[in-house]
Order: sequence, then structure tokens, then C-alpha cells
Amino acid sequence: MSAPREWIPAGAASIAAAVREGTVSATALVRESFDRAASVKAGADGLNCILSSDRDSSLRAAESHPVGGALAGVPVVLKDNIATTTLTTSCGSKILEGYTSPFNATVANKLQQAGAILVGKANMDEFAMGSSTEFSAYGAARNPIDTSRVPGGSSGGSAAAVAAGLAPIALGSETGGSVRQPAAFCGIVGVKPTYGLISRFGLVAFASSLDNIGVFGRTVDDSALAMQVLAGDDTTRDATSAPRPAPTFRTDSRDLTGVVIGKPREYFPESLPAPMREQCDRAIDALKARGATFRDVSLPHTDLALPVYYIIAPAECSANLARFDGVRYGMRIAGDGLRGMYEATRSKGFGAEVTRRILLGTYVLSAGYYDAYYRKAMEVRALISKDFTDVWASGVHALFTPTTASPAFQIGAISDPYEMYLCDLFTVSANLAEVPAMSVPIGRVQGLPVGGQIIAPKFGEADMFRVAYAVETELGVEAHR
Amino acid sequence: MAVSKDDVRHIAGLARVGVPEERLDGLVTELNGILKHMDALERVPNTGIAEQADAARAGMPLGADERSSVPLERPRDQFAPLMRDGFFLVPRLATHDDAGEQS
Repeated sequence: MSAPREWIPAGAASIAAAVREGTVSATALVRESFDRAASVKAGADGLNCILSSDRDSSLRAAESHPVGGALAGVPVVLKDNIATTTLTTSCGSKILEGYTSPFNATVANKLQQAGAILVGKANMDEFAMGSSTEFSAYGAARNPIDTSRVPGGSSGGSAAAVAAGLAPIALGSETGGSVRQPAAFCGIVGVKPTYGLISRFGLVAFASSLDNIGVFGRTVDDSALAMQVLAGDDTTRDATSAPRPAPTFRTDSRDLTGVVIGKPREYFPESLPAPMREQCDRAIDALKARGATFRDVSLPHTDLALPVYYIIAPAECSANLARFDGVRYGMRIAGDGLRGMYEATRSKGFGAEVTRRILLGTYVLSAGYYDAYYRKAMEVRALISKDFTDVWASGVHALFTPTTASPAFQIGAISDPYEMYLCDLFTVSANLAEVPAMSVPIGRVQGLPVGGQIIAPKFGEADMFRVAYAVETELGVEAHR
Repeated sequence: MAVSKDDVRHIAGLARVGVPEERLDGLVTELNGILKHMDALERVPNTGIAEQADAARAGMPLGADERSSVPLERPRDQFAPLMRDGFFLVPRLATHDDAGEQS
């Protein structure tokens, strides 16, 4: 049994249905995924979106797997900071080069139980610190839409793999926009769930109070299907997992009558380029056509979100990455005594951006600066959260904003660290407030895809998906690739 | 606030990251370039903010404060290069040369 050409872009739900019915086999789909990877040059000599894969291992998994499951036979790609026993987990870092986890992340087990087949681990900014996937120790990933441009980051490899047709679904991780921004840059859907909705067990920690595992899909429906498989209580393994049953996100309804959507003025500044504004206006008109009502709202502390984020995230990273010291994991470089070994290993093992953030985080937590930076940032984080709860309390069901201020930029175009941080301008607030948010394709600017962001209250994913389905239906998702 | 070369040497020591002397000037510039944007937080008054931090966590109940054992996919001795008496054996460090018996 062989898979028809271009079967994988058909979508996860129809692939799984066909596998369950026996009209296509999981092994044929794995072969198609690897053939596709070869034809689009997914490796280091091309898109550089896949860091490790094993065709034989994936084929064996497909052959031995039972036919049932919501994702039966669906090829999936995981970001390289999600632990798996069959492929290495390097986090895009030299310090974990060749490391294989002794356990699977909960999400890897859930995908496997649903019938999905792992076909590769995706390139990423080292330890998820970056917005372009240029900070990978294994070289920059490229955007399949225009290979001179970045795919976004830090989950750029996962986004590029889905956009290039290697798999209909991939997982990434989000600390400040690392799923939504690459989804927008690559013309696909990217979802950041409510903090705690999807288990983080087996996700290598960067900033624990902000980290989420997120989903990439070619369509809203693929993303909703994957979210349904992944969501749910995992409190025995992940202390931050929410003790709630897995909800239903898929729906056939495209009617938004009665839905009130807020348009926060801070996300549409004077400086927003006119073509971006035009694409957002098109999407807003589309949502109105489906019955939604729009209301101007304000999130007054939005301009403080980036400073808050770039204090809290480095602070937490400096603590989480202390474990990579040459003793417990990965590489070891000999030095003068134990301390010399620590310093040599971490100096050689971490790249420039990770080192910068560890130093920044250590500084803001150090005696004399803790109150001025870290404590203050935590206080303002509470104000940012309150901005959102105030908006929801006023009767708004969801917010609509641009995901980014521009389309994908050229590889090498940004060298200043803070200028790179500005890529997260519209995305970090959702992580700070722990609310769900997703990016859906809304059109093109300069021939490149751009995304619209939908933000919802905590555990309001069902409403968020309703809005996303309506955007996609009205604007036509395939037209934007 | 701004960092100096001595500050960077100090925090690199705290973070156990070796920073070559020739990299210090660059790091001072980069860190100060980032830190100047953090000064925006100074204009937010402190009064009453701390109480709101707890309210922001609503909906995320704390779990029970108890230990749980997570089973591994494979037994430890299958992925450890060397084990003895249920413990991992690791390379001896130079600082332990006088510690007695070689493992």
C-alpha cells in the first residue's frame, strides 16, 4: 500500500481516518515524510530544520503500531528540547550533543498512544532562547517560504518542518512567543495553551513559570486535534499541570454571534506598518462577517511586558541551567579542579545568547539587585495579568492582535540582542499572564506570510479555537501559503 | 543601573561560567544595552502591587506537598555506563585524588 503524493498536507484528521480505514498505511506515510524531507532538503545542507531522525526506527514504529487512535499513522516532529528515548535531545546546544533521555516526555507518550509516529527532532534556538533559530549550535534553520529568511524562533525547526510538508503536526515550546511567532513567519497555525493545560514533564526547562509546550498545525483543525490529544491532568509527573479533564476544541460551528472580541490599542501602535494593519483589518472584517462584535480595549501595562519578561526569564534560566555543569549531563571539559571543570564546560558548552541570559539572570537575582529588578518585575507581572482579567471582566471573550509587527526577516539581519527581543513584543504578555493564545495565517505582506493572534482567558481555548476556525474559513488558509 | 567589568567577572563566577578576559568588554556593552530598557519599571509605583500577585494565580490550585516516584522507561543500569551497588559510577576528579580508594 502506498501513500498518494502530497498526502501529508491533507491534514491530520483525514490521514488518521484513512489509516484507521486501511486505505493508507502508517509505513507509507513515514516513507512519504522522509522522501519529502529529502526533496525539500530538510537537513543541514538546506532548511536545517531537523537535527535528528532515524528512518528505520520510524518505519519499525509504524509497522508495529496498532491502527487505532486519533492520530493513527500521523507523522509528527518534536522540538529538540522534548525528551524522547528513541532520538537525541540536544536542545540545540553543544552541551547536550548526543544526549539521549532515559524517559519520554508525557507529550511524546500521549502522541504515541494516539497512534502518531515520530519522524524527527527539530532545530531550535539553544535552550529555546531566541526568536529566529539562528542561535542554534547546529546552525540557523531556514524559512521554507523564502530560504534567505529566518523561520522565527525559538521553535523555528518545528514550524519549518510543518510548513515544508514533513508532517502535518509538530510540537514546539513557548516561553515568550516561540510557537506563535514562527507559526506567523512560516504561514501556519501555532498554539500556546493556558499554563498548565499540557504537561511539561520531559520538557527541558528554560523559565519554569513561563514555559509551555505548544502545537503547530497546517490548519486550525489539525492544531485543535493535537491539543485534544495532549491536554489533560498529569499532576503526578508535573507539579504545574492543571487538574482538569481534557476538553474538546474541535467544532463544526463557524458562527460567532454573541462573541465579543477586544482590539487592544497597545497592539496597534502608530509604528505598526500599514500593510500589517491592512491584513489585520481584513481579518477583523472577516470575523465581523461571522457575527462577532469588536470593541476597543486597553491593556495599559503592555509596554512593560518586555522588560518584565527579560528579567524573569533570564532569572529562571540562570537557575534551571545550573544543572548543566559537566557532571550530570552531556559534555565535560577538563579544567583546574572541580570549579575549573564547571567553568570550562559551561563556557565551551553554552553559546553566546545562553551565556548572556545566564549572566543577566544571575545579576538580577544577586544581592543588592534582587529588589530593584526581580521583585519589581514580579510585581509588574501581576499588573499585566490584571490588565487581562479586567478586560475579561468587562464582557470580552477574546482579543485579536497582530502576532508580529513584521513578516520574517533576513538571516543575519538582527545583531543587537535587544532588537531581537523586540520580536516578542506582541507575544510575551500571554506567557506572563498564563493565558492561551494562538497565531493563524491572515495574509501576506511583501509576499511573506503574517499571522493574527487570538488571546483568550485562562482555559478559554474552546472560544479561542472558535474564533480561529472563523478566521481560517473566511480568509481561506491555503491561499496564504 | 549599569554593570562594570568587575560586575561581569563577579556574576560569571556566581554562575560558574568561564568568561575570557577579551570577552568582558563586549559583555559589559551587551548587558548594559539590555539593562537600560529595564529602567522603565522604575516608574511603576510599589503601593498595593504585592497583594495582586496572589489574585493573578487564581484558577491554578497548589498540588499536595508529597513526593511521588516517576517510573523510568528503562531501568537505570541500562543507560548508565557503570554502576555498583545501585549507584552510578562517575569519573574521578583531580580534586578527589587523596580521597582514598579508586572507584
